[in-house]
Amino acid sequence: MDAEFDPAANTTGKARALFRPRHRAILYQTLLAAMVCLAAWYFISNAVENLLARDIASGFGFLNREAGFEIGERTFLAYNAGDTYFKALAVGLLNTFRVAALAIIFSTIIGVAIGLARLSPNWLLMKLATAYVETIRNVPLIVQLFFWYALITESLPGPANALNPMPGVFLSNRGLAFPVVTAIFPVALQYPVLTGFNFTGGALLSPEFAALFLGLALYTAAFIGEIARAGISSVESGQFEAARSLGLSETQVMRFIILPQALRVIVPPLTSQYLNCTKNSSLAVAIGYPDIVSIANTTINQTGQAIEGIAIIMLVYLTTSLAISAFMNWYNQRVALRGAKA
Amino acid sequence: MTKTSLWIFALLALLGLSNAHAGPTADASVKKGFIQCGVNTGLAGFSQPDGNGEWRGIDVDLCRAVAAALFGDAKKIRFTPLTAQQRFTALQSGEVDILSRNTTWTFTRDTGLGLNFVGILYFDGQGFMVTKKRGVKSAKQLDGAAVCVQPGTTTELNLADYFRANNMKFKPVVIEKFEEVLNAYFAGRCDVFTTDVSGLLAVRASRSANATDHVILPEVISKEPLGPAVRHGDDHWFDIVKWSLHAMIDGEELGLTSKNIDQQGKSTNPVIQRFVGAKGEFGKMLGLNNRWAYNIIKQVGNYGESFDRNLTPLGLHRGLNNLWNKGGLMYAPPLR
Repeated sequence: MDAEFDPAANTTGKARALFRPRHRAILYQTLLAAMVCLAAWYFISNAVENLLARDIASGFGFLNREAGFEIGERTFLAYNAGDTYFKALAVGLLNTFRVAALAIIFSTIIGVAIGLARLSPNWLLMKLATAYVETIRNVPLIVQLFFWYALITESLPGPANALNPMPGVFLSNRGLAFPVVTAIFPVALQYPVLTGFNFTGGALLSPEFAALFLGLALYTAAFIGEIARAGISSVESGQFEAARSLGLSETQVMRFIILPQALRVIVPPLTSQYLNCTKNSSLAVAIGYPDIVSIANTTINQTGQAIEGIAIIMLVYLTTSLAISAFMNWYNQRVALRGAKA
Repeated sequence: MTKTSLWIFALLALLGLSNAHAGPTADASVKKGFIQCGVNTGLAGFSQPDGNGEWRGIDVDLCRAVAAALFGDAKKIRFTPLTAQQRFTALQSGEVDILSRNTTWTFTRDTGLGLNFVGILYFDGQGFMVTKKRGVKSAKQLDGAAVCVQPGTTTELNLADYFRANNMKFKPVVIEKFEEVLNAYFAGRCDVFTTDVSGLLAVRASRSANATDHVILPEVISKEPLGPAVRHGDDHWFDIVKWSLHAMIDGEELGLTSKNIDQQGKSTNPVIQRFVGAKGEFGKMLGLNNRWAYNIIKQVGNYGESFDRNLTPLGLHRGLNNLWNKGGLMYAPPLR
């Protein structure tokens, strides 16, 4: 900065130092940081004081206590009511990962297809895709989850009259039971059998999982469709024409010329959708899928330790979201224009 | 300070003391002009709004009784419907002053959660309901069943304990909203619905298309003493809610009802005279009007009246909830 514009130019050295923009900035930032710290300290000490005054237990010691409740479905990890809260929460976390990962994969596939369909010269296909996007995007996700859940539980028959489209595959209001491979050499299959109330053996896709997965995948796909369409539209029409004039087929044009350029526009907003999808999976609570929020809520209620429980939920989503962001940023750098930015 | 003024000061201080100073919760309620009561989002007989939006039920009546005792007006009350998961946080954080929401009194809740249960309003136990066409006769035949249950309840824990103890497996379907968990059961998503027997009876009578299609299995797998709770740390408020409950039970034992209390109140029986506040200073000891117990019975009714009004129409019998001298467990300490 020019000395003649410095308002502190005539004052003493000490005061001048204070008025320098750089120093002033440091001062303001320190003040702001101090205020944030003070506010945090105020809320934390207040909470601790209130908890003590009301004799409410605190700390994370409860994680090692026996949970005592059963969980309807689990991914990989074995669990029973005799296990600890820690393990119960881990089961919930894996359930969240399972549904979020599958929803992300399928919503990407459906979304790209929808995006291409909306640009299709085929009038019917284009209109159908538009109708899909406008309908799904404008109905709250929780309503859609209730819709899918009601559709599955109300319209499918009970396990005794289960639909049996293929040998060993049963569709009922208890979910989709299908055989699993138990050995590869020689190939051995374990078939689900109706014993008593429900199917045992084989694998089961529960109605709760199915409703949540369908809801998430279809909802996110509508947004991804629009992102894909925007990405493709952002590529100049001259690129299409040039590619076609080289004699490339339509598929080749898309694959080698258009998509690599479109991805640069697509990837950053796509990251947001992946994050949304993961966070939206917490709506599982409403339809009874045992995700991390559902298990943490139950834990809070059984132990009364709301602050710790909410902290765990926040930590989980924060970590997951940052991990997804980091991966997508890495991918974005790969597809970005080379040399555009170091 | 002169001797005289010291005396006057001491006297005033003493007066202040004998005038049983109200605790913070009662003070705050008086200031805002109503009591905030946490109830169920909708359980027939316990707490449910009727056609006019008026809350009805035995849990609701307990809260009205406290308002009658504190204000002399049972209408000075507001209700906050709470799910099973919201209820304790709502009470701990001060969103509600009383939690009267068919809540089981357990050790953990009384200690670790910072609550004080004031007594038992309804002696209950957990049971199972299944559709009749299943042909199930005993809970021991439920191996492998899908069970609908609400999260964050003692029910959820008892369920796991019972199946573990009997070496059986089950698939829990855990949904927070009472409406949704009932929908899941009635849609056939679960084979079994489990909650307290009173809840099963209420649901069967009020929600099923045809009550005879559902049977409640004979096994009662737990003790579920349901009662109202308040926060730790306000003994005075604890006393008011506790004695409001006791007054409802004692009122029934003395044969005082909302209809006859004006008549009976003139009785020379000293026990009744104390109860209606014609003799003694029991109201003052609670920091309340001396007519507090009279107001409860006059405006809300005694325990038996509340039971008959709310639970009998659903097909619930007095059973354990009859007075101690009529073969039940309802026994309140004497007002003396």
